[in-house]
Amino acid sequence: MKGKPLASIASAGLSKFGRRDGLYARELFLEAVNEAVERCPNVDLRKDVQALFVGHMGESYEHQGHTGPTLADWAGLLPAPAVRVEAACASSGVALRLGILAIASGLFNVVMVGGVEKMTHRTTAEAVEFLAMASDFPFEQWHGVTFPGLFALMATAHMNKYGTTEEQMALVAVKNHRNGSLNPKAHFQREVTLEEALASRVVAWPLKLYDCCPISDGAGCLILTKPELAKRFTDEPVHIVGSGQASDSIGVYEREEFTSLAAAKEAARQAYETAGLSPKDVQIAEVHDCFTIAEIIAYEDLGFCKPGEGGRLVEEGITALNGSMPVNTSGGLKAKGHPVGATGVAQAYEICLQLTGQAGRRQVEGVNVGLTHNVGGSGATAVVNIYKRG
Amino acid sequence: MEAVEKLAFTIEQFYAFVKGRRIMAAKCTKCEAIMLPPRFVCKACRSTNLKWVELEGRGKLLTYTIINVAPSRFQRLAPYVVGIVQLKDGPNLLGMIRGVKPEEVRIGMDLIVDFEPPEGGAWPAWPRYYFKPA
Repeated sequence: MKGKPLASIASAGLSKFGRRDGLYARELFLEAVNEAVERCPNVDLRKDVQALFVGHMGESYEHQGHTGPTLADWAGLLPAPAVRVEAACASSGVALRLGILAIASGLFNVVMVGGVEKMTHRTTAEAVEFLAMASDFPFEQWHGVTFPGLFALMATAHMNKYGTTEEQMALVAVKNHRNGSLNPKAHFQREVTLEEALASRVVAWPLKLYDCCPISDGAGCLILTKPELAKRFTDEPVHIVGSGQASDSIGVYEREEFTSLAAAKEAARQAYETAGLSPKDVQIAEVHDCFTIAEIIAYEDLGFCKPGEGGRLVEEGITALNGSMPVNTSGGLKAKGHPVGATGVAQAYEICLQLTGQAGRRQVEGVNVGLTHNVGGSGATAVVNIYKRG
Repeated sequence: MEAVEKLAFTIEQFYAFVKGRRIMAAKCTKCEAIMLPPRFVCKACRSTNLKWVELEGRGKLLTYTIINVAPSRFQRLAPYVVGIVQLKDGPNLLGMIRGVKPEEVRIGMDLIVDFEPPEGGAWPAWPRYYFKPA
């Protein structure tokens, strides 16, 4: 059973990320769906797609709940059943996971998985308040810690335990902005220097503005099918060969350590086990860099290096576009943007482009195995998937 | 003490104790686990034989951050320090660290809990605890 594909991606679409004035979430989603259909002319949405699983974190942004059927309608899927998934920043990572389970169960031949968030029409203060809902209210938010603050607590602990530096964290931003400058769909398509990143204003020490991902608008969409049916829809399927998901306490303070995410380690263990692969088999990865320290911790949790060596990995250029293990070729959450509900699917979209040679100026040559790592909130949810070129 | 034993092991009750300037936790009488925040079923062994215990409120700083960009509720305090403190009795609590300059805060420093009165107004009517150098 190990390494046998669980499901296959027949097509993928992504809206432009960034500030998308004048558009509603459902319209952004339709933009992503359109690209997926254009890439896959053999799919008939109404006839083939049997269910929609869609990630969407906040109904506060547009005063809109019940987003499952709304998005199914706009995608042209009625009367297919629709499920909206909320798992903070891992909403569409979990939606993807449910899509994989639906296909792997044998009950569905084709499902759509999506994710969307429309955030930038609200003030930063409002968006920050909506995002904070992903952290514990009575024992974290109530005592004045912000979302960047929770990752800053991890950063301080990591610096203290392993000697990780503010420069190493800033280098994650420099790398991801460089990659974002090569991605026409990225929110930020501009490089930043180490000096600029280090001199940016402090948000929650030791994290500065350039250590934090932006508030963005965007949507993504995948069409999943059974591996044996994939060739009916596309000549270039991407198989999902490993998948894992795990949970942890919502409160960071309750955890045994602050320098790793237990849920991410467990999700990775499951994904490697189902794939029959190990970290050294992974050639490219999209990881959840909501804050720069989160990318450094992700390297360690995913087994790309030992605990404490994450900072060195970025410093030595190993995870750069031309390094031996490129991470966040899309620009990551940092530069591509982080419309929270869309991020999990957007990571899978990038891996699909890379594995099928469609990543344009940021294409990494000769990659066959990719990984995505999507974290919800401050680590209470984590989803890890492993992909292989079909 | 008999009266205390009858109080529910809830978050609301925890904050009612905070109002009385006490940090109270639920202790499992079967496996000795101390739960902060309290729960009415033991996290470790699922026993419902619990008792309230008062914690000393002293501990060491495990990690911290200096919040510069604050939510509107806390804007007047920024920049302020928030940290995770490991209490001597075992469990961790997150709270503001006051009475020390942000640049002088150090991991491992000894802290002691203190209390401020509830703000009143909208839900929730909870008071806050914070930490200061011991």
